[in-house]
Formats: sequence, C-alpha cells, structure tokens
Amino acid sequence: VSVSTSAAEQAALPAPRTSTATTAQVRARGRHRRRTQRILLNLAALVVFAVSVFPVYWMVQTSFLPNRLIRRPDPLFAPTEPTASNYRRILTQESQFPFLDALRNSMLVTVFTVIAALLLALLAALAVTRFRFRSRRAFVMLILIVQMLPGEAMILSLFRLLDGWALTNTVIGLTMVYVAAVLPFTIWTLRGFVVGVPVELEEAAMIDGCSRTKAFLKVTFPLMAPGLIATGVFAFIQAWNEFVLALVLMNRPENLTLPVWLRSFKQVNSGTDWGAIMAGSTLMTIPVIVFFLFVQGRMTTGLVSGAVKG
Amino acid sequence: VATVAPPTLPGHPAPAPAPHRHAKRSLVPWLLLTPTVAVLLVLTGYPLVKLVITSTQRYGREQVFGAPPEFVGLDNYRAVLTDPTFWTVLGRSIAFCAVNVVLTMSLGMLVALLLTKLHRGMRLLVTVGLLLAWAMPALTSIVIWSWMFDAQYGVVNWLLTNAGLDYAGHSWLIEPLSFFAVATLVITWQSVPFVAFTLYAGLTQVPDDVLEAAQLDGASAGQRFRLVVVPFIKPILLIVTVLQVIWDLRVFTQIFALQDSGGVTSKTSTIGVYIYQVGVAQGRFDVGSAIAVVMVVLILAASLFYVRQIVRTEEL
Repeated sequence: VSVSTSAAEQAALPAPRTSTATTAQVRARGRHRRRTQRILLNLAALVVFAVSVFPVYWMVQTSFLPNRLIRRPDPLFAPTEPTASNYRRILTQESQFPFLDALRNSMLVTVFTVIAALLLALLAALAVTRFRFRSRRAFVMLILIVQMLPGEAMILSLFRLLDGWALTNTVIGLTMVYVAAVLPFTIWTLRGFVVGVPVELEEAAMIDGCSRTKAFLKVTFPLMAPGLIATGVFAFIQAWNEFVLALVLMNRPENLTLPVWLRSFKQVNSGTDWGAIMAGSTLMTIPVIVFFLFVQGRMTTGLVSGAVKG
Repeated sequence: VATVAPPTLPGHPAPAPAPHRHAKRSLVPWLLLTPTVAVLLVLTGYPLVKLVITSTQRYGREQVFGAPPEFVGLDNYRAVLTDPTFWTVLGRSIAFCAVNVVLTMSLGMLVALLLTKLHRGMRLLVTVGLLLAWAMPALTSIVIWSWMFDAQYGVVNWLLTNAGLDYAGHSWLIEPLSFFAVATLVITWQSVPFVAFTLYAGLTQVPDDVLEAAQLDGASAGQRFRLVVVPFIKPILLIVTVLQVIWDLRVFTQIFALQDSGGVTSKTSTIGVYIYQVGVAQGRFDVGSAIAVVMVVLILAASLFYVRQIVRTEEL
C-alpha cells in the first residue's frame, strides 16, 4: 500500500526533486502518467463490456451446440461445430408446451397492445398538452402514480375480474390488461414528444385555413412520428417481456406467452436440454434486441432518457 | 410491467405547454381523455377497489366456486400482521432492495463516470455492451444466469474449480444467502445500464467551466465530484434512486424463476412472490389481498416521492 501511495503522491504533486528536473523530463512523466491512466480506463471499459456481453454470448453459443457438447465437464467457449438442431427441435418437435403457439400468442397480444395503447395515449397526450383545463396537472400526476402500481399486487383481483368475464386464457383478456398496464407510461412518454412540437406551427396552419384536426394531422402528427415509433417500441418491449400477469392469466399450455412458455419449458427440460432452452431464449430475445437498438438513440441522446425494465 | 417516465435533464427544462386559444372551458380535452379514463377505471381502478374489498372478506376456494363471501373486517390484516412469516418476508424484501439499490447506483455511477472519460471507440464498445444487457428480457436473463450457475455443467463452477477452488457440483441456489447473491448479480447486471446511461446523460450537462474553475481553485477530483457534479445532477440522481427502490421492492420474475431452478421457496420469497404463493398457489385470496394492499401502500408511498421529484424537475 505504502508504495502505491507514494507513487500516487509523486504523480499528483510535483515533489521537491522535480524542481531540479528539466521541463522535458516533467513533460515525459506527465505523458507517462496519462498513458497509464488511459490504459487503466480502457481496461475498465473492457471489463464492463465483457461482463455485460458474456451472458448474452453464452446464451447464443450454447444454443448452437449439440447437447452432448453442452453436457461435458469442460465447457466449450466457441461452437466449434455449430448446429441448428436445438432450434429445429423447439420449432418442429411435438411438445407439451408448443413454442409456435406461444410465439403466436405473444405476437398477437403485443401487437394489439401496442396499437391500442398508442391510439388511446395519443388522444390523452393531446388533451394534456394542447388544452388547459381544470385538474389537468392532477390528471398528469395521477397518471404518474398509476404507472407505479405494482402488477404483482394486482394479480389476484385481475385474475378474478377476467375469470368473471371468461377472458382468462384469451388473447383479448391479456391484451386488455396489458393496455391498462402500459397506458400511463405511454401517455407520459408521448406527452413529452407532443410538448416538443411547438403549438405555433399548428396555429400557423390554422391561420392558413386548416381546421384544428387538419392542422394536427398535417403538421404535428408527422413531426411526432419518431416519438410515436419510440413510444410504440417501449410498449412493445414491455408487453413482450411481461411475465407475472401472463403467468396468472394464461395457464393452458397452448395459451402461454413466450416468457411463461420459457419458464414451463425450462422446468420440464432443465438439466437435460439446455440447448433447446437457450435456443428458445435466443428466439425470444432477438426481437427485443432489434427494437431496443432501434430506439437506443432516443434513450441516450439525453433529452429523453426513457427506459423500460422487464 | 415496470416502467419509467423519461426524466428531463436539468440542462433542458421542458418547455411549458403554451395555452391554446381554444382552451376556454372546452369539452374536447375530456372527450379525448374518455377512452383512457374508461380503460383505467375498469382495468386498474376497479381491480384495486376489489382488492381492498376482498382483503376485508373471507375469500378462499369455496368463494371462488360460488359461496357468498363473508365480511370479516380487519381480520385478514390482523392475521397478516401477526404472522411472523410476513414480517420475515417484508424484512427480506427491504434488505434485498437496499443491497441492490446501493450496488446498482454505485456501479451505475462508476460506469457513467467511466463513459465520460473514454475515447469515442471505447465508449461505443461499452455502450453496445450495456445496451445488450439492458435489452435482455428479465426472464431470459435469469434463465441464462441459472444455466451459467448450473451445479453440474455451469461455466461459473468450472471457472472457480479451475481457479483451484472446490466448486465442482456446487449448488448455488440451495443456501438462501448465495441464492440472493445470484439474484443480486443478475438484477444488478440488468439495472446498471439504465442507471449508467441516465447518469451519463446528466454528467454531460455539467458545465465544463464550473469544473475548471473548481480545479483552478485547487479542488481535488473527489471534491469536484462531491461539491460540483453531485449537486448538479442531484434531481436525476434522486429520480433514478427512487425508481430503483420501487423496482427492486416489487421484484418478482427473477426471484420466482430462480426458485424454479432450485431455491428453497420458504426461505427466499420476497413480497411479490409471497402474494403469488398465498393468493394463487394456496388459493387464499383474502389474506393474499391483504398482503397485496400492504404492498400497494408501500410502493405508492415511494411513488409519491417520485412524482414530487418529477414535478420539481419538469413543468407539468
């Protein structure tokens, strides 16, 4: 410890000895210090990268290995003889939990949820940005609070509600619940985008003779298209990844969504068919990654740091 | 479904919506809001009311099959609050949440600072890595990690064994403490990217001239961070922290799926999972509802704090 401290001190403060050193030496030392710092920073960056990526890599590489190479004492770190057999197995083989049914259910529920939520949210976002009315602020705050209601706590009453309408194990039932779940967040995000489009543009179009609706459709709507897409992607990811509500509301093997399917499939095949489990995980993850990278600019550019968490 | 509102950064206050000339006492906004209000009333409000009502009734399997529920007042709450299991679960949830929030926030801040120091190429590399981890669906990530921690063929045991430690065939999930260590690892791995990106966005807004002035005045790097950077990004820091608290308090998927992979349910349940066990698995809707109401109250308390922070940083 003492060695490193003195080294750090020397680096930080010019020690008395340095005063006798030539400027060239001092400069060289500074350059050296900066280079060491740079190397350390890049090393840290590599560690962060490796830790972040390794599990994802491990999923993909396992999914391309035959099970005889997965279940061996020394793991392989790269698929030397890649095979698609795991994918073929989950896509074509008869199973107690059919993957394709789950894929279809997930796609239907997600697409319907995104469309319905965007439609409702667009109207609501317009109401809270383009109009001033009493309790407008209260409404926005209520939306923010509702957004935080834990779905985990609502499973019991939501199950009974849907059960009473005979809507458990139906795409419509789950879609309805998801729309309500993602709506507050969707409104809040879209609201941010509508605020970003100056109302003056709309007013200018109205002075030029457009009706209010037409002004919105011709001016504001095109300008907020990126916002609509980003918000839609957020809603997509949430509905696609949602687990606890689907677990409770969809329990027949042919009515599962992908996350619940993965859970059931893993319970049956754990320890024996990791290849297929990882293939299923990969298939389920691909759309999310694609969409996520698609909107990441919106999340990292700074103005809108929105986020989605499963 | 956990969500987060986009916090506006301090450097960019959102412009206040300009009052519209049609603004006077119009019915239009309420017409636009009608579908939203209807959906939220039926699918969020009503279930919430029903949850509270059920928590004051006797409601078990017989009632599910048609027996009339009987009003029992606060009996269910008494049962819950005098049950040591509930307090254990609650304490466990809070402790787990605290550990995860502290870890996620510290690591997220470190990564954010790292991002500000990196050159372009390296920053892109780290960004891509973080995005991948962030994008993984919660269930998939827990499945991958439980494969990596598999007792027999898992890569973690192989690595540790090769490093000379006795981890061959070690089961990580049986012991509650190491179960939660794995859960914490997975959750932190997935949460750090969001924190890092948001804080990084905040850090880039800290004005350079203020930092330079502080440096000229002789402030060390640590002092500059504590006295200039932190106060500047405090609003964002608070919002992110509250969000992490809320998310980690309601953790369900990761714990539930890890229990599937070999955890001891009675020793590892957090409050969300406990509601599922009591309500869904055991069919005790009444007691389950009472626990759920307690959870809603806890989360709402945290949410109010969150909304207050949002209102402070953004014009509604």
